[in-house]
Amino acid sequence: MILRTFGFSEFGFLVSALLWTVVLTIIALSGGGIVGFFIALARTSTHKWLRIVAATYIQIIQGIPVLMILFLSYYGLSLAGLQLPPLVAAGASMTIYASGYLAEIWRGCIQSVPKQQWEASESLAMTRTQQYRYVILPQALRISLPSTVGFAVQVVKNTSITSIIGFVELARAGQLINNATFQPFRVFIAVAALYFVVCYPLSQLSRWLERRLHARSHR
Amino acid sequence: MSYTFQFGVIAQYQNEILAGIWMTIKLSVASIILGCACGIVLASVRSMKPGIGRILVDAYVEIIRNTPFLVQLFIVYFGMPGLGIRVSAVTAALIGMTINLAAYSTEIIRAGIESIHKSQIEAGEALGFTRLQIYRHVIIMPAIAKVYPALCSQFVLMMLASSVCSAISTNELAASAAFVESQSFRSFEVYIVVTLIYLALALALRGMLAMIGLWLFGRRVARRTAVALPEVQT
Repeated sequence: MILRTFGFSEFGFLVSALLWTVVLTIIALSGGGIVGFFIALARTSTHKWLRIVAATYIQIIQGIPVLMILFLSYYGLSLAGLQLPPLVAAGASMTIYASGYLAEIWRGCIQSVPKQQWEASESLAMTRTQQYRYVILPQALRISLPSTVGFAVQVVKNTSITSIIGFVELARAGQLINNATFQPFRVFIAVAALYFVVCYPLSQLSRWLERRLHARSHR
Repeated sequence: MSYTFQFGVIAQYQNEILAGIWMTIKLSVASIILGCACGIVLASVRSMKPGIGRILVDAYVEIIRNTPFLVQLFIVYFGMPGLGIRVSAVTAALIGMTINLAAYSTEIIRAGIESIHKSQIEAGEALGFTRLQIYRHVIIMPAIAKVYPALCSQFVLMMLASSVCSAISTNELAASAAFVESQSFRSFEVYIVVTLIYLALALALRGMLAMIGLWLFGRRVARRTAVALPEVQT
């Protein structure tokens, strides 16, 4: 048997697997964004029970490992009789994971809009929906940008966990290449470097947004 | 859906699960202590005058924070033997967790140190404190007290992330779960039980950290810790 060495074609395979990491991140952020948005609204609602349910959901998601969410949806979906490709199980669990964290980030942003904004819009006879739509959410959105982008970095990194259930993204591709080449140090450094190439610009963007936000609010 | 849940089967494997819980606790506590200690040292180096030390610490923090924990574990466990350093799965997990947590705590504690106002240090000098006393009583302790809730959130996240160590065959809780699942074929039940155990561990760890906060820094910090949810470090 001739072992392959870690060369250009292997690196190309890693790059193509990076695409799946990006796809999974986009699924997680858009799915988690939609679910998380409604949970954040429930968390800041005027109904006590909605708030309690949303807070419990957030506490549970933030109190269990991503790996367990992954296993539960993987086996849960197959128990329900659905034979789904790993992408769906991975996408579903990353969505659940992201929703729990995004909901909490956005709750903080909604609540950091000054109380006077609520009072002012109420005195203009706005309904609650109008208050959210025209006054609160546009301001909360601006506040939420840095931490949301920062969380995107966490999502990119945590998609690596889906490799454990066999979804072929960057980390799994690294393992596969390693099994063929037996050059673990090189392979995994290359994998880490590819993650870094995606995550570092996002981290810097988040930091830049943060600085800009602070510069404005202190003017 | 016609599926009968059978949780009873899992009770037979309580020894495996207990061993897994114990390993998770040991790994988490050890990495929290080591990682936090490294974080304090690195954050102190970072807050000194600009120079090679600051550049190295910054590079370390950025590299670790922008790569996945799983890949870091792979490098330690599979990559290091190529360089002549061979470690057991448990040691590799501990090294990986410490390296990871050290980077995050450095970043958090650094933010705390930067929030200490210069006049505080001058006040310390005016009171005739030595440099070491100023460092300890005026800089480090108040800095940590300020960022303690964020630090604790990171500790809890690390405990949860330790489940990933099962991928390098460290026999902690997630690995026990995989073992019991392979023996009993009750996948869903096993993972529900283990998920609940993780949830309980997370709550217990948070409570314990709040108690330590009460002991170290007083009531105000402890209350913030108990109610704070894991913050996302950006």
